[in-house]
Amino acid sequence: MIDCVENRLLTSRRGLLLGGSSFAAWAYLPKFARAAGGRDPRLIVVILRGALDGLSTVAPLGDPDYAGLHGSIALAADGAHPAIMLDTFFALHPAMPEFARMYRDMHAAVIHAVATPYRDRSHFDGQDVLESGYAGPGRVQSGWLNRALEALPRGERVSSGLAVGPTTPLVLRGNAPTVGWAPVALPQADDDTAMRLVDLYRHRDPALASALSQGLQLDKVASGDDMKPKGGNQVAQMRQIARGAAKLMAADDGPRIAALAFDGWDTHANEGGPVGRLAFLLGGLDGALAEFESGLGERWRDTAIVVATEFGRTARINGTDGTDHGTGTIALLAGGAVKGGRVISDWPGLKLANLYEGRDLKPTTDLRSVIKGVLQGQFGLSDRVLAETVFPDSASARPMKGLVA
Amino acid sequence: MARDSQAALVALNRFGFGARGGASGDLINAASDPRGFVKAELARPNGVLLEAPGLQSTPQLGQAVFAYQDQVKQAREAAKAAAPAEGAQQAPADQKPGLRRNLSLNAAATEIAGQMAETKPADNAAKPDAMQPGAAAPPAAKPAPQPLNVIQKTFRAEALARLQRATLVECGFTERLVVFWSNHFCISASKGELARIWAGAFEREAIRPHVLGRFADMLKAVEQHPAMLFFLDNQQSLGPDSRAGQNRKRGLNENLAREIMELHTLGVGGGYTQDDVTSLARIITGWTFAGRQGQLGTPGSFVFNANAHQPGPQMLLGKTYGPTGLAQGEAALADIARHPSTANFIAAKFVRHFVADDPPPALVARLRDVFVKTDGDLKAMAVALVDSDEAWKAPLTKMRSPYDFVIASGRLLARVPEDPGGYLSNLNLLGQPLWSPAGPNGFPDTSAAWAAPEGIKLRLDIAAQMGARLGNNIDPLDLLEFAAADAASIETRKTIERAESRQQALALLLMSPEMQRR
Repeated sequence: MIDCVENRLLTSRRGLLLGGSSFAAWAYLPKFARAAGGRDPRLIVVILRGALDGLSTVAPLGDPDYAGLHGSIALAADGAHPAIMLDTFFALHPAMPEFARMYRDMHAAVIHAVATPYRDRSHFDGQDVLESGYAGPGRVQSGWLNRALEALPRGERVSSGLAVGPTTPLVLRGNAPTVGWAPVALPQADDDTAMRLVDLYRHRDPALASALSQGLQLDKVASGDDMKPKGGNQVAQMRQIARGAAKLMAADDGPRIAALAFDGWDTHANEGGPVGRLAFLLGGLDGALAEFESGLGERWRDTAIVVATEFGRTARINGTDGTDHGTGTIALLAGGAVKGGRVISDWPGLKLANLYEGRDLKPTTDLRSVIKGVLQGQFGLSDRVLAETVFPDSASARPMKGLVA
Repeated sequence: MARDSQAALVALNRFGFGARGGASGDLINAASDPRGFVKAELARPNGVLLEAPGLQSTPQLGQAVFAYQDQVKQAREAAKAAAPAEGAQQAPADQKPGLRRNLSLNAAATEIAGQMAETKPADNAAKPDAMQPGAAAPPAAKPAPQPLNVIQKTFRAEALARLQRATLVECGFTERLVVFWSNHFCISASKGELARIWAGAFEREAIRPHVLGRFADMLKAVEQHPAMLFFLDNQQSLGPDSRAGQNRKRGLNENLAREIMELHTLGVGGGYTQDDVTSLARIITGWTFAGRQGQLGTPGSFVFNANAHQPGPQMLLGKTYGPTGLAQGEAALADIARHPSTANFIAAKFVRHFVADDPPPALVARLRDVFVKTDGDLKAMAVALVDSDEAWKAPLTKMRSPYDFVIASGRLLARVPEDPGGYLSNLNLLGQPLWSPAGPNGFPDTSAAWAAPEGIKLRLDIAAQMGARLGNNIDPLDLLEFAAADAASIETRKTIERAESRQQALALLLMSPEMQRR
């Protein structure tokens, strides 16, 4: 099998946008963000597109059926690349030593056997549900994070180095104004030409006028920064975009709330076990989390990162040493604000009768409860706003308590 | 006259790739008979095929990859055997004597490679080509260019042939249809070496012959093409009860089966279940391509491997398909192609591409009926679209995709690309790398996707580059006549007239709503 990552054309920005990731953030500070003496909470949502194999990332080594189902790619507590035991039952993929360290320091947590309300297996619908926050697909105008922002009192506009990214993740799209950042490596049109074009658009094409104005304004502030793309592989790019995003978010007037997406988790064939394709990607995710920690500096203390994916993968490996589209998976939390050091799970078991439709890890926790718990802990959003606006018709998915310290 | 120019704009921009500059007279020709102008291309059935000297077939290209990989492996082993210091300085594999013979490189690719090797960064800036990428990076930072391998050379030759075709054709309706279907049935070159070398051949062999033919034929050609089988992993999928499945303890991979139904035919919500996905996956086990050893057939060609095929009848969408081997899957695909959900899904996607992000339901229904009544005759559907009132009355609100933008700019400037490099890097920058979408659902087809702030800003930067390089030699107001004539708005005309330089005027023209919307 040819390693597809090595064969990507890593030309300037494209690698970041399509090969790896995209980043966007809220354009305003929440009003309370700099309240004297209080917390200054930050929230970062990381979407893993393609459906992460939760059973390979946080493996239930204590479940007697795990090793048989995951077969050739199952993790084990021994061998050349032993999984990292998180408790007596669950073990973390060995490609994630940074997350393991955060976990030991009580600043990282795992929620296992989790899923959105979506129960079919289309990536695109699954991502719509994950990011829109609606109970079903087809509602793609706005994302739950954006609606959560709308519920916050809007403070002053952030002004530090931001440029609007061409691919704002759906989770952050909506009425609340957002911005993004992506490194640029192209000589820029001069101001005069740009202003003339804005003027033409104002008269003839208001939508383009607004888009270009935003692009120009934010591009300018970011220039002179050292956030140029440096090439390298996908893992390096995941780290790089996290480093850039952390730098923006660490600033006093930087955004407090951001979302980014990493692609490439659809491991149908030759997924690999302790080493291999998934290990490679998890290493990139682990590096990105570490970059956030170091880049946010003192702000890390008030930060929570939520890592989520559209659904899980089959409990049993398929015929090509990979896994097909499934249901239950994991969510990860990391950050100084996270009350960590735990795997939170109502474990359903992997016996055939306990699998969802006889093939997938059965979800026992609603992902919306996890996210609501974090939103409530970080920003104090009420049960009602969370159940009606942020995640419409989700009263049954109660916010999980105690996720944030 | 104004109305005719407006209709000409619809003919050239909505249906085609924009008016060509120079002496083409495209806008005038289109204005005199807009519908006829668009349909004229459909009457030239061979105009859809793409044959250029040196472009090779899928098996030939597959064999070139196998040979290349063998050479790389041998070189690595030889290096290992020799002293480590020498190994580090070995020549790239495809420069080794004897290899070129095996790879039978095509003339175009060789020529491009030659140009690449000789082009120095400093020359790039001086070269008056609109889309040279050289200026995008500081020359000093550029390392000496590595010689291209056969995969890169082929990709560039295929890209060049497609870019030249799109730049040269009269209206571009047929080419737009090719791009539409190629994106509908997309593969991604980033999957691996085989996908990269096959990306162009896949379009030439599986898409183009059927763009004015039948949907069912295109579907079969696509799903049996080695590039698709590789892209969606079917070449590795084994029937669990097949002889190979039993021997090798490997089995089913449902990736291709799912995307056939979700993305290629029925559409999500089109009435299939997980059981249908698994069933179709079983039905198409054994659909693969012959490997380098050639035990199953000519290396790199589609083969049905009966040893890997799941034996027995299969139930799919309520119908039982008997154990007829290859014919089992072909019968299933033929039925799926005729399924009412497929007609709906295809008609809506087609209208969304050509008319509006929110496709008018009446037009969708009409095209769906044509699709059903003609048993998926894609030419009939295209004609019905051109004959509709909606396609001519709807305002030009669609945003040109990055591909549309670079092609339309090249056409207006009457510059036939001689090297694909600048085009490819601009497409990468703008988020639409050629033949390399991020997922099997292809590139997005809505204005929202392409009119985002950063994307527009980047387009402006690229347009400014083109203006700086080419503005000297052109009259922007003449170009505006070619592009839109009296369908151009007063504001656009004034903006161009008042520009401080020809360079700036050209950048503004390329970015004007007349050039960005279709």
